[in-house]
Amino acid sequence: MFKSNKIYIKILLFFFILINSSVSEEIKIPEHDWSFKGITGKFDRSSLQRGYQVYTEVCSSCHSMSLLSYRNLGEKGGPEFSVEQVKAIAANFEVIDGPNNDGEMFTRPGRPSDKFVSPYPNVQAAMAANGGAYPPDMSVLVKARKGGADYIYSVLTGYTEPPTNFDLEEGVYYNRYMEGNKIKMSNPLSDDLVSYSDGTKATEAQMAKDVTTFLTWAAEPHLEARHKLGFKVIIFLIILSILVYFSMRRLWLRIDSKE
Amino acid sequence: MSEHTYTPQSKFGKWFNDRLPLLSLASHLTDYPTPKNLNYWWTFGGILTFCLLSQMITGLVLAMHYVAHADMAFSSIEHIMRDVNYGWLIRYIHSNGASMFFLAVYIHIFRSLFYGSYKSPREIIWILGMLIYLLMMATAFMGYVLPWGQMSFWGATVITNLFSAIPLVGESITTWLWGGYAVDNPTLTRFFSLHYFFPFLILGLVILHIWALHVPGNNNPIGIDVEKPSKDTVPFHPYITIKDLFALLIFLIIFSGFIFFAPNILGHSDNYIEANPLVTPKHIVPEWYLLPFYAILRSVPDKLGGVVLLFGSIFILMALPWLDSSKVRSSIFRPLNRIFFWILIVNVLALGYVGAMPAEGLYLLIARVGTAYYFAHFLIILPVLSRIEKTQPLPLSITDPVLTGK
Ligand code: HEC
Ligand code: HEM
Repeated sequence: MFKSNKIYIKILLFFFILINSSVSEEIKIPEHDWSFKGITGKFDRSSLQRGYQVYTEVCSSCHSMSLLSYRNLGEKGGPEFSVEQVKAIAANFEVIDGPNNDGEMFTRPGRPSDKFVSPYPNVQAAMAANGGAYPPDMSVLVKARKGGADYIYSVLTGYTEPPTNFDLEEGVYYNRYMEGNKIKMSNPLSDDLVSYSDGTKATEAQMAKDVTTFLTWAAEPHLEARHKLGFKVIIFLIILSILVYFSMRRLWLRIDSKE
Repeated sequence: MSEHTYTPQSKFGKWFNDRLPLLSLASHLTDYPTPKNLNYWWTFGGILTFCLLSQMITGLVLAMHYVAHADMAFSSIEHIMRDVNYGWLIRYIHSNGASMFFLAVYIHIFRSLFYGSYKSPREIIWILGMLIYLLMMATAFMGYVLPWGQMSFWGATVITNLFSAIPLVGESITTWLWGGYAVDNPTLTRFFSLHYFFPFLILGLVILHIWALHVPGNNNPIGIDVEKPSKDTVPFHPYITIKDLFALLIFLIIFSGFIFFAPNILGHSDNYIEANPLVTPKHIVPEWYLLPFYAILRSVPDKLGGVVLLFGSIFILMALPWLDSSKVRSSIFRPLNRIFFWILIVNVLALGYVGAMPAEGLYLLIARVGTAYYFAHFLIILPVLSRIEKTQPLPLSITDPVLTGK
């Protein structure tokens, strides 16, 4: 029906490609091959476990992750620690509970059902301890930044020497991928900062990769289930539409043959 | 419209139908004579009906778990995403569903524009459609506020602030809308209430829309009236239902692509940051489907002027049946209108593009030219064009489209 309009569609496409390529002032974020990307993407289980280690040992001293519970660490599609491991992890934390029958708050070892313990009691305390900058909560951080995992990884590996004449105030660091190239977090990673129990060498890049994987899972804990279900749903829809297409053709033959 | 009388076979059926003619209605709907030359652009009405029902059903489930409170809304959404069984699926269907709904409605509207479906005798169908569209925008806007992320909050602030431009009563209206002196918890709770309610209004309007459609019957790609119903039309069921079903399935494949493999691509990442009245995002942008209007709004330096243009850009469409006086409906036979139709599409897409960009420099210039052109299209080009255009000869009937009356 639109045959005569094909040419317009082409002009239109051309127009948009032109506009799109002519304007791009933003910092380009390099893309990486994450195992969780793509239609069949899955998390790398051991990378998630290592990423959790980096998070607790390094990042969690400043960044909270208040939407996650310790039990999530043992759930399917996540780091999949065993029930025993999850219990042990949770027990490592002191959780404030109460009030008890005397009306007092008390601390007790964490349980899998507890939420991740936050490093600071509130945002103000976090800012006060970090020179006025708020270390953002990490529960959905990957989804809260344009570029997602690629961006987080880039920031973590983007600390370089500032160009000459670049003004940096006290407590501000140069980062190639932050907006304005300034970040109020010193480089949190350095080689061999943690020691991985599975023997993986803890290079800066390796830790950045692992913790980014972990953060991606934290932001999207059902990613694997989503990919799996999506695959099935789309296959089902394709088969059904092929069947419907042929029945439609059969049916319409009655009409078309009358012409 | 076929005026056949329907009598149910069974005694009970007849008894019931005499008292409540539901069976007659069902029979009317299945036998409804539909032009047999409808192309796939006509399947979007059915797709839209699906979208509306899908939004209402997923919304119903979301509302069972959502907490409409400024302190809890954000985390209740995350609770749905993490802890509710298949909560992530329900939410992603609903959030991407809104986008798909608008995609479908835009195709549906531009279909009407291209084939002149808004022309006599279908003006009321068209106006009901525009009312539906207005309500859809209001509903989607309020829905976007509910997760209480940064874009929710600041989008709500920007849009509700527009009303303050109205002379004399503007300030009071905004205060009334907010339920206070800024966007806050009272704003959130009333938006939730209205967001739940509006789809029912839309449903009512859709029923009227289809009722009004069933009076003259469908327009069709060549835009001429049905001559011989027995030759030119097919019963709605099964011929159109199966075609609509096929189109819906293809639509669902694309829809699923978004839901399962790119569920956040159409949203703004800032909305995963909880609302913070003290931190203004660098660029406040609405959802993609409102961008052309956002560009129009910002194209004038004066707030009131922007608001007037914004509403004008939608209301002008309601007058379309009277602005375009051409007797020929389908643009297939309107060589001039066809060209300007495509220019209009490019113009609207360009407005959408600059709507997402900061309102400065070249972008602002494009927004201004685009806005001026948009109004010129409807107020100058179309009225003039429809008088001077030399249309091509029309076929004699739907069945013999090749037998033109040359
Ligand atoms: C000493 C405290 C501290 C530690 C440890 C720390 N951060 Fe940060 N982080 C901050 C602060 C403060 C900010 C806010 C920076 C700003 O706003 O400029 C921040 C910001 C960030 C950001 C956000 C950048 C953006 O786009 O806003 C990311 C990502 C991040 N940190 C990742 C990490 C990771 C991963 C770790 C662990 C390997 C970590 N941080 C450890 C204090 C810390
Ligand atoms: C909730 C949203 C809507 C639903 C569910 C809906 C539904 C339908 C249906 C089922 C049809 C018949 C099939 C078709 O022609 O595709 C139809 C026709 C039509 N719609 Fe809509 N519609 C909606 C919104 C709109 C809007 C926003 C407009 C534009 C202002 C519009 C304008 C029209 C017109 C002019 C027709 C008649 C076309 C013809 O006669 O062939 N509709 N609609």
